Amino acid sequence: MLVDELKATAAREQEANERREACINVCGAAGCQSLGTDALKKALTEAAATQGYGPESCLVRKVGCLGLCGAGPLVSVDPSGVMYQRVQASDAPAIVVALGAPPVEHIRLDSKLPFFTRQRKIVLENSGRIDPERLEDYIAADGYLALTTVLNEMTPSEVIAEVHKSGLRGRGGAGYPTGLKWATVSKAGGTPKMVVCNADEGDPGAFMDRSVLESDPHRVLEGMAIAAYAVGASEGYIYVRAEYPLAVERLKVAIRHAERQGLLGNNICGSHFSFRINIRLGAGAFVCGEETALLASIEGKRGTPRPRPPYPAESGLWGQPTLINNVETYANIAPIIRNGGAWLAAIGTERSKGTKVFALAGAIQNAGLIEVPMGISLRDIIFEIGGGIPDGKRFKAVQTGGPSGGCIPEEFLDTAVDYETLTKLGSIMGSGGMIVMDEKSSMVDVARFFMEFCMTESCGKCIPCRAGTAQMYGLLGRFANRTARPADLALLESLCDLVKNTSLCGLGQSAPNPVLSTLRYFRPEYEAAMASNGQGGN
Amino acid sequence: MFAYLQKLEPPSDDKRWKIIAATMRKLGNERHALIEALHSLQQAFGYLDKPGLTFVAASLKIPLSQVYGAATFYNHFTMKPQGEHACVICTGTACYIKGAEELLKSVAAAQGIQPGETTPDGKVSLLTARCFGACGLAPVAVVDGDVVGRVTTDLLQRRLAEVTQHARG
Repeated sequence: MLVDELKATAAREQEANERREACINVCGAAGCQSLGTDALKKALTEAAATQGYGPESCLVRKVGCLGLCGAGPLVSVDPSGVMYQRVQASDAPAIVVALGAPPVEHIRLDSKLPFFTRQRKIVLENSGRIDPERLEDYIAADGYLALTTVLNEMTPSEVIAEVHKSGLRGRGGAGYPTGLKWATVSKAGGTPKMVVCNADEGDPGAFMDRSVLESDPHRVLEGMAIAAYAVGASEGYIYVRAEYPLAVERLKVAIRHAERQGLLGNNICGSHFSFRINIRLGAGAFVCGEETALLASIEGKRGTPRPRPPYPAESGLWGQPTLINNVETYANIAPIIRNGGAWLAAIGTERSKGTKVFALAGAIQNAGLIEVPMGISLRDIIFEIGGGIPDGKRFKAVQTGGPSGGCIPEEFLDTAVDYETLTKLGSIMGSGGMIVMDEKSSMVDVARFFMEFCMTESCGKCIPCRAGTAQMYGLLGRFANRTARPADLALLESLCDLVKNTSLCGLGQSAPNPVLSTLRYFRPEYEAAMASNGQGGN
Repeated sequence: MFAYLQKLEPPSDDKRWKIIAATMRKLGNERHALIEALHSLQQAFGYLDKPGLTFVAASLKIPLSQVYGAATFYNHFTMKPQGEHACVICTGTACYIKGAEELLKSVAAAQGIQPGETTPDGKVSLLTARCFGACGLAPVAVVDGDVVGRVTTDLLQRRLAEVTQHARG
């Protein structure tokens, strides 16, 4: 597809949208779909036909994630902006009848809630607004415009400079500056170079990448293609969890459509640039989120990490220079090119630019997917956007960063969210899972839950992680069933220190974080577990 | 060379072997096709067994030990035959906070099996998963591939009864 054709398609789609009286959007992401949105979409289509609407006047379509997963199945109506929650197929006729009238009250979801108004959407700008399985929808939303701009008007080093200027940092959790990573791969000797997308979202409680892939897969492909042009690669891999069948399916469809239109493959948009993307399925190993383990897995081996250096930027997939970024990082690229690096750099805090997508879940009123500017406070996320704790319970802690992160108590809720502040609090930004806990949760149990996870997921290659996590899990078990002695606490703390500092990869190095952070903020809970044992006896 | 590396014939004339052979051929029968081949094998037969692993090892020219190593490394792969119906309970963080453990205990007690086991009549396998990414609907279970969100003990037991009854009738 050439630039003119791209623009013509966009204009045609926009015109068709404007001609329509209404468009009914049914959430088709995995959460809502599991609640029966296929039947709902069918019922709405039938109801629209019964009311005399055709697809030209009222389109019923499946879109990506509408955000408030906890209130699903969700439906939104354009152009009125009316939203409905917990919609059943039997509600379909009423929704269609209400198109030109006041909305159906009993299922109405207030779209003026802080949950919707306090967000700032960049990565999720198309989520819930386009049909993820239609390339034309993405093109109508300025899709592939950035790729054509890059190919026609920018040199690879200009692209890298723009990404650098944006201040974008890796969204997988570690926060390494994206522009710097691209520059390193671009300068590395050796061809062919590889571009890899890490979609092995293994943190329990995290579903940002799944939602992005299910809602707007072309955005990730476009980001990868721009990255490939910038670093000089012609082959790409997306490593995605097998547990996300819908995301895999939509990616396959998107790649097929993009290839058919010449937006991926040979001589993209008539240029000399060629880029192919392959999909590789994960097989349920958390450690494969670590970049060197992920590469081993793509090569068909056990997913065990190896020491760095050499970093993948120099020697990655099959020993070739390899760029690895997370789904959300790639999803930021197209808007950076379209609006300029300075535009993104104006959002966020001094050292953390742009927005972050969080998966809000646990003991929270509004569970779902949100995107907020960096620098927003945890309190705003939990009590404004999240709507606070349900059932009149008290807030106890918020867990960020999954098994590699920590629990943050109430007194730090006013902290501005960015990479550095969360690390200072003993947690990490992580990939964006955010689990809220109320007074019912025992922090010792939570620490044990995560340690069980790390122990089971340890690949076994290095001893501190393999044996250390098992020992810590055993010790935490003594606290959980209240048979711990004071010596156990000292041993636990020294093991935390050992495992953190001597493990080979991020899994082991961060495995003690849930214990360390709960010890730091909720130490009395550990001490109480000993006290009831009469000072532990012998 | 080891003898099994030369046996390229599928273990039987079952048509499903052709699918697995095609998966590997598409990736040039190179060693990096291993994980994809194991996915294909498990999808076709429900689990991985020795004849299957040997066939994959021979086709990709990888020592059987390494194929076994990969098959046992990844949680997604199982070397045990599964029951007719699968009940998978998510034990991710959000589901844990929302009571996945009680859910698991109740199904285990009702079926008389531990997580990871199959009932003696081969009807139901009870499994756990790390996270389905449907945390907004926690707690979550997956019964025969269908996600059941905001699930309660009663709802899950009913659902399980439904699928097993349906199969009998």
